[in-house]
Amino acid sequence: MADGAGKVEIACTVNGERRRFRAYPMARLLDVLREDLRLTGTKEGCGEGECGACTVWIDGEIVNSCLVPVLQVEGSQITTIEGIASGDQLHAVQEAFISCGGAQCGICTPGMVMAAVNLLERTPHPSEAEIRAWLAGNLCRCTGYMKILEAVVRACQAKGVRR
Amino acid sequence: MGAQTEKRLVGRPVPRKEGRDKVTGQARYVDDLVFPGMLHGATVRSPAARGRIHAIQFGEGIPWDEFTIVTAKDIPGENGVALLVPDQPCLADSVVNHPEEPIVLLAHPDNYLLEEARRAVRIEVEPLPAVFTIEDSESKKEVIWGEDNVFKSYLVEKGNVDEVCAHADFIVEGEYRTGAQEQLYIENNGMIAVADPLKGVTVWGSLQCPYYVHKALMTLFGLPAEKIRVIQAETGGGFGGKEEYPSIIAGHAALLAWKSGKPVKIVYDRAEDMAATTKRHPSRTRHRTAVSKDGRLLGMEIDFVIDGGAYTTLSPVVLSRGTIHAAGPYFCPNVRIRSRAVATNAPPHGAFRGFGAPQSIFALERHMDRVARAVGLSPEEFRRRNFIQPGQATATGQVIREDVNMNHLLDRGLELSGYHEKTERFARENPGQQRKKGIGFASFMHGAGFTGSGEEHLASVVEVEATPQGRVRVLAASTEIGQGTNTVFSQIAAEALGLEYDRIEISKPDTAKVPNSGPTVASRTCMVVGKLVESATLGLKQTLIGSGLLQEGFSSAEFERACKRYIETQGPLRARSQYQPPPGIHWDDVRYQGDAYGTYAWAVYVAEVTVDMVTFETEVNDFVAVQEVGKVIHPVLAAGQIEGGVAQAIGYALYENVVWNEGRMLNSQMTNYLMPTAVDVPRIRVFFEELHYPYGPAGAKGIGELPMDGTAPAIVNAIENATGVSLHQIPVTPESLMEALAPLEQAGARG
Amino acid sequence: MRAYLPAYELKAPGNLPAALALLEREPDAWRPMAGGTDLMVLLEADKLPHKKFISLWRLSELRGIEVTLEYVTLGALTTYTQVQAHPILQQEFPLLCQAARETGGIATQNRGTLGGNIVNASPAADSPPALLAYDAQLELVSARSSRWVPYQGFHTGYKQIILRPEELVRRIRLPRAKRAWRQYYRKVGTRKAQAISKVCFAGAAELQGETIRDIRIALGSVAPTVLRCVRTETLLRAEKPSPAAIAAAKNALAQEIAPIDDMRSTAKYRLRVAQNLLEEFLRQLRA
Ligand SMILES: Cc1cc2nc3c(=O)[nH]c(=O)nc-3n(C[C@H](O)[C@H](O)[C@H](O)COP(=O)(O)OP(=O)(O)OC[C@H]3O[C@@H](n4cnc5c(N)ncnc54)[C@H](O)[C@@H]3O)c2cc1C
Ligand code: FES
Ligand code: FES
Repeated sequence: MADGAGKVEIACTVNGERRRFRAYPMARLLDVLREDLRLTGTKEGCGEGECGACTVWIDGEIVNSCLVPVLQVEGSQITTIEGIASGDQLHAVQEAFISCGGAQCGICTPGMVMAAVNLLERTPHPSEAEIRAWLAGNLCRCTGYMKILEAVVRACQAKGVRR
Repeated sequence: MGAQTEKRLVGRPVPRKEGRDKVTGQARYVDDLVFPGMLHGATVRSPAARGRIHAIQFGEGIPWDEFTIVTAKDIPGENGVALLVPDQPCLADSVVNHPEEPIVLLAHPDNYLLEEARRAVRIEVEPLPAVFTIEDSESKKEVIWGEDNVFKSYLVEKGNVDEVCAHADFIVEGEYRTGAQEQLYIENNGMIAVADPLKGVTVWGSLQCPYYVHKALMTLFGLPAEKIRVIQAETGGGFGGKEEYPSIIAGHAALLAWKSGKPVKIVYDRAEDMAATTKRHPSRTRHRTAVSKDGRLLGMEIDFVIDGGAYTTLSPVVLSRGTIHAAGPYFCPNVRIRSRAVATNAPPHGAFRGFGAPQSIFALERHMDRVARAVGLSPEEFRRRNFIQPGQATATGQVIREDVNMNHLLDRGLELSGYHEKTERFARENPGQQRKKGIGFASFMHGAGFTGSGEEHLASVVEVEATPQGRVRVLAASTEIGQGTNTVFSQIAAEALGLEYDRIEISKPDTAKVPNSGPTVASRTCMVVGKLVESATLGLKQTLIGSGLLQEGFSSAEFERACKRYIETQGPLRARSQYQPPPGIHWDDVRYQGDAYGTYAWAVYVAEVTVDMVTFETEVNDFVAVQEVGKVIHPVLAAGQIEGGVAQAIGYALYENVVWNEGRMLNSQMTNYLMPTAVDVPRIRVFFEELHYPYGPAGAKGIGELPMDGTAPAIVNAIENATGVSLHQIPVTPESLMEALAPLEQAGARG
Repeated sequence: MRAYLPAYELKAPGNLPAALALLEREPDAWRPMAGGTDLMVLLEADKLPHKKFISLWRLSELRGIEVTLEYVTLGALTTYTQVQAHPILQQEFPLLCQAARETGGIATQNRGTLGGNIVNASPAADSPPALLAYDAQLELVSARSSRWVPYQGFHTGYKQIILRPEELVRRIRLPRAKRAWRQYYRKVGTRKAQAISKVCFAGAAELQGETIRDIRIALGSVAPTVLRCVRTETLLRAEKPSPAAIAAAKNALAQEIAPIDDMRSTAKYRLRVAQNLLEEFLRQLRA
């Protein structure tokens, strides 16, 4: 149980805001977001990179935050589900998840939304196969994925997709 | 509600009540909650399947004085999880009966140190001989529970099977098996407890049945009802997996809170959740079927056994549903169903969507294809000759009074899937192909609500109350676990009042505030509890009209004024409704005869598959689900329920294989217990036939469990259609398919 | 079962020499960490044997894809996403691109690196069969030395590699083929995405008319290491992929691989499917 070097200071940008905090360098980004920064929208489903409930963006790319040691985000831009809507205005993907029934129990939803929004930023009009492949790392046990696929398709059709 | 009137909300896809919170990450699940001064709790579990606890050793290098440590000795009340039979301890004392059985609880403010401490506790168990299979349990080579390892048995008898079997043209036998299945809700189990001897115990958690937890805590602490409070946090999926086990976790968190005087949170990680909590019961079904030359069922003898694990838990109820569904939607004059739930030294198996029916229906619908082949009929024609018709009686003697038309459902299913064209084409094109295509179907039904007299015993209650602003709040213990309780209740209440959907609020399930509307299980929430919501709401409206403050055809503004006036002059405006069985329902619990369910949902599912003969992998390419579920209250939620259930059942049929070693799950990670991903499910095409059910709210029946029943047999029937190999066991892994194909391939090579 | 975090150290040196110096000083104490997609899973399961880690993630010396006439050279930190996006790799090294596309989900592809996949040395890893089929070479560097070694021979036994504790994998080099190769890759993992391989097959063949002039066959998940099946290759060289040659090759393959039963599959299945994949590959050469 010998102690390592202890906590270190880390600075990064989270949802557009500069943040500084002390953390164990090997702490999972997931825990730092949820426990230290109290951004609990990012969920833990497995802690082993399999379920995607913990999906966030680091410098614009989706990652499983349960597998990222927080030291590696020093200086990075992090976006979580809390940073997707602008104020009261939901993102088109969020709107579509509500209207298409893409969220049932909702525990996979933040991760799904993070992955789906990221896809549409790269590929505004993906095929169904592309959507499926992109979301294959986000497991949902409730929906059977149909309504999630529908929601992503509807979101691309929606006018004025933000960003 | 006799005649079907124009509906404003029922049947419309209104937005999910809590949808916005869920898509923005604002919804609060138990692990998102933090209490000041909170400790984290952990569970030390049995390393052995069965044995006597010799010693508990607390290893070196841990500041044990900083920890709260709880063992069975610290339990203030009874050390039993109150459910059906109190045989399961909350914490094992002196003996253990399955791997991962909880023995010691630890709490500490530092989660990391807590894990280090958990690893430092050594439990020494002197092993006793253990039992791991249905066969070993039946043989009683070791008696591990009661006198004969049998938790419960049933006998359903109709006519005289022995007699017809002696003379029938055909006797067809078969044995079928289904494996354990993990619910795999994406949110692991978790609870937070606050407890002290003066104020009692309060828990917040991820759960399906607040009043189950409530009862369990009363027993565990020996406290009266009003000293226990159970509050549901947002719950990230249940599927039955949060029906009974949360009572144990709540007990654990509360014991630690009681002893430490601090709030305690226990949240399982994935490995612990998979290894320690309940799964679907493994099963074995044997069929012996007598059929006439012209393909009519004469007699069905069915022997159905489920592996209950180490304690009774809900096995008797699971067994009951599996037993009643074992003969399916067919008419047969002579039936004998014997069933048993037997004990093994595995963690107790428990509730999981379908509750015994997926097991016995898998066997039946595989067997029906086999019988059809034996008598020389197509699977379709054979079933058509035997579908149950209105006026005929089921195995339990329940006379079908609804206007069920299985032939029609089958017509639609086959047409929508292109079944006839495809069977013909695949037969023509498959030979010589490396990728073989197949199509298969299953026809089945699922009883809605509790079995037999269950609903009468429950006597569920719902209340509604109005605020002076004219908002209407529904108070029920039925939980939202993703299936849409909040939304559907709001629709029903708003429809009953003739007012806006947004006017309705759903009170969070909190035993201090809501009446007991029963557990959120058995596809009963919409049909049974929804009906209570409807009648309570109508009651509230009637109160206002009866008091002269309101007249039929009222506007929103008039309703608001009336509420305000009523509350000012007469006090709280509330109405309640309690369950009344539909007329003419009779059930004999001793003989297992009578009206097993108030009503059934009926369905035909068709699966199309491709089997790759290079890798023996099966892929589902198309799926058509046709069902009659009464009135569909919310088309999007209803389709979502079916799609989710079908996807889960695709996993059950093809991927989800629990690897056991001496009662312990070895593959307790998502990397080696595989559920379907977004690329593994086909388009799932869902179709509803809507027949108004007079005793459900706005004509609705239950729906949640149905899709779990027919999917796996439809897929395995399709695999047989593709490959010619008849499989009797799920999951059909590529490995098992390869083994099953071997004899056929050898024959092919010779011929 | 999370690990006791305060016991772990993670440092992020600013450049390669600094990282190598740290390794040189205490080679047995420090382990490199790249994308962390293998290591962090072990951390969560409390199965990490080491306590001190050096983050390589920001080392620009280990990044980038460079193309010359002879080689495509990839930094060890090249992620699966970067592999898939590269036009030359797409054209000339489709097996590697396909392996990358079928590794984990997108989030894993964004973090997981080729260097990590190689050094993690799982016999079930998906890129190594492709790298073996391409005769890849590795650059291994330490504070004092730098050497290029053929990837074939890098794995010497289950989780045994020739990398010395003070060394890092810096780059991976793929020789560009002069002539067109017929290529085949197939990963078998029960479900269609995000599955660990039960069998993984990479094959490349150069035909002269109908005759196999050269052939490379590599498999994963069928032996203690990923492996090139050289004896099977030898048997097939200068042969036509006739039914008889295919049957002989399948027999030879069975002698070369040593699959086992485990939680994910059975030895029997792995053997049979490996043979079937070989047959499928060889049949496609006839087409
Ligand atoms: C959900 C999930 C799915 C996965 N699916 C697949 C899959 O389908 N196929 C597959 O093959 N793998 C898969 N993996 C495993 C993993 O993603 C890959 O092995 C990945 O390439 C590892 O790279 P990394 O940079 O993340 O390695 P790390 O975890 O950082 O390191 C892995 C090992 O390599 C060492 N190392 C890393 N870089 C270097 C270097 N430059 N020099 C020396 N040593 C180094 C580390 O010390 C460590 O021992 C999966 C993992 C997850 C979590
Ligand atoms: S919690 Fe990170 S992938 Fe499941
Ligand atoms: S909505 Fe429940 S897991 Fe996806």
